[in-house]
Parts: sequence; structure tokens; C-alpha cells
Amino acid sequence: MAFAPSSTTSGIHLPDTARDLVKILVAGPFGVGKTTLIDSVSEIRPLHTEERLSEASAPVDDLAGVREKSTTTVAIDFGRISLGGGIVLYLFGTPGQERFRSLWDDIAYGALGALVLVDSRRIDASFDVLGLVEESGLPYAVAFNAFPDAPSHYTEAQLRAALDLEAGTPMVTCDARDANSSIDALLALVQHLIDRHPPENR
Amino acid sequence: MTGRPGGRPLVPAYLSTGGKARPSRPHLERLSVLTGSGEPAPAGLPAAELALLDALHGGSLTVVEAAAHLRLPVSAVRVLAGALLDRDLVLARAPIPTAERFDPDLLKRVADGLRALKHD
Repeated sequence: MAFAPSSTTSGIHLPDTARDLVKILVAGPFGVGKTTLIDSVSEIRPLHTEERLSEASAPVDDLAGVREKSTTTVAIDFGRISLGGGIVLYLFGTPGQERFRSLWDDIAYGALGALVLVDSRRIDASFDVLGLVEESGLPYAVAFNAFPDAPSHYTEAQLRAALDLEAGTPMVTCDARDANSSIDALLALVQHLIDRHPPENR
Repeated sequence: MTGRPGGRPLVPAYLSTGGKARPSRPHLERLSVLTGSGEPAPAGLPAAELALLDALHGGSLTVVEAAAHLRLPVSAVRVLAGALLDRDLVLARAPIPTAERFDPDLLKRVADGLRALKHD
């Protein structure tokens, strides 16, 4: 494919070595720590795009701070990590409410999988996003973001039952502020992707 | 591109595409890589297209990164990039070279790369 080599790499541009660009969604409700996780591992300051939501979403607009208008926008954060070997990983913070469905489909296109962030203080806020992920057929792992005042008395079995997770779905705890912890959560997802796609079946 | 009489100024994002709502090519993904072709920009290129071309000066950007830097919706950048592609001022490639899209080792390379990022 024709592709002009870029001679220099300034702050904003892709590394010249970039070859395989892959993406993982970091999905979850507002305030669960998506941007924090992306920020902790991204090599660039996380960027965002302003996305317009479809008109059909307007009747149930409860976005804090957004005025009543015929169109609503939502900021989608993303970060970038160069992984060596020409691979560049993009992380897209993706809100999971039902009204983001068309936006979700566009962002999810071509994604490897999704890391679903859950706040154990408000598990029910993650039901919508889990529904969207499962409907989209995207493989996923669940990571509980360890907020300091999060209840610690739940067992893993209780949390799995509350989220109605299949036995094979990875479930980990992470501290989204900590790079190593966030990377471990991403690794749990990627290992899950590897395990469900044995090379001989490809 | 005239303002609506008595109306508020139009949102720059709508103006930026010259009123076009759909890109001339449907296959630009968020992570499609845009690179300037090196051809000089012709006189009279719309300002928004020129801004995108300028952003590609000195390196490549994905569609979504160009949108973030230009503060435009991804949908608008798709339209602008499509126009520049039609004029051969910009080249685009898919996020992953076609031959490698189903490379079974890709996931392992992603995992290895993530592990290498961890520090003590």
C-alpha cells in the first residue's frame, strides 16, 4: 500500500515505526475511572473528541452540566501506548449507556476487546455497559476499580453473581491510578483474548 | 456558506465540511492513518482542509487524533480527509496492514508489549 514515510516525529505524530494500530475499549459508567486508567498508562496526554449523540437519545438526557439542546455532545477520551514491534495500542474510554449505542458501535469497530471498569460501590451503574458489550459480541474482562472506600466484604462469587458473569470472563481488581495495576488489568483481558482464540483455530 | 438570517453563527464543525455530511469514502476508521502526500496545497483549498493538511506536516496521524488536535468531531475529519484523499493530497491506510489483520501472533505481541511496560 502506498504510504509516504514521515521523516520526523514531532510531539503529536505517530512514531515512524507504527505499523499495527490496535484498540481496546475501557468501558464503564461516568466517574468509574476510565480516564484515570487511560492516563496512567498512556504515553501521550489523553486526548478527547467531542462526539454528537443521535437525536433519538435526547428524551432521556441526564448528562450533568449539559444544557437542553437538540443535540448533545459527549467527550470521548483516548490514549496511546507504543508497545514495540510496530504495535501501537489505543485505549478508548467508552461510556456505556444505552443512548450511546450508535457512538459505541463506531468506536468499537475493529476493537480487540473491552475492559469493563466497575465501581463496587455502585455495581448497578455498570449493568448498561455490560449489556452493550455483550450485545456487540466484543470479548471483555471486568476490572473493579479499587476506590479507597469500596466495600471489601463481597466475595468474588458474590460479585460474579451480581454482574451475572460467565465463568470464563476474567474478573480482576485494579487501582486505575497505578500504571502497573492498570497494565495488569489490560493483560488479564489480552490473555483472555489469547485463550479464547487458540492459534490452530485461526 | 451563508449564515442563516437572524440566526446564531453556525457551529464551526458544520461549516468546516462545506455542508457535506458524508465522507466521499466510507472506509475511514477512527484509527485509519492519514499521511500528507507531499503535494503542495493548491490555492483556494478550504481552510478546514488546509488545517488538516497542516496537522499532517511532519508526520502521520490517525483520524481520531487529527480530530482531537483540530477540535473537530470525528465525522467532520472523515469528510475533510475524504476530500483531501480525492485530491491526492493525503494518503490513508488501514490501522493494520491487510495481510496482518488476522495474524494469530498479534495478541501475543500486544501482551508481550504490555508486560515490557511494567516497571518495578
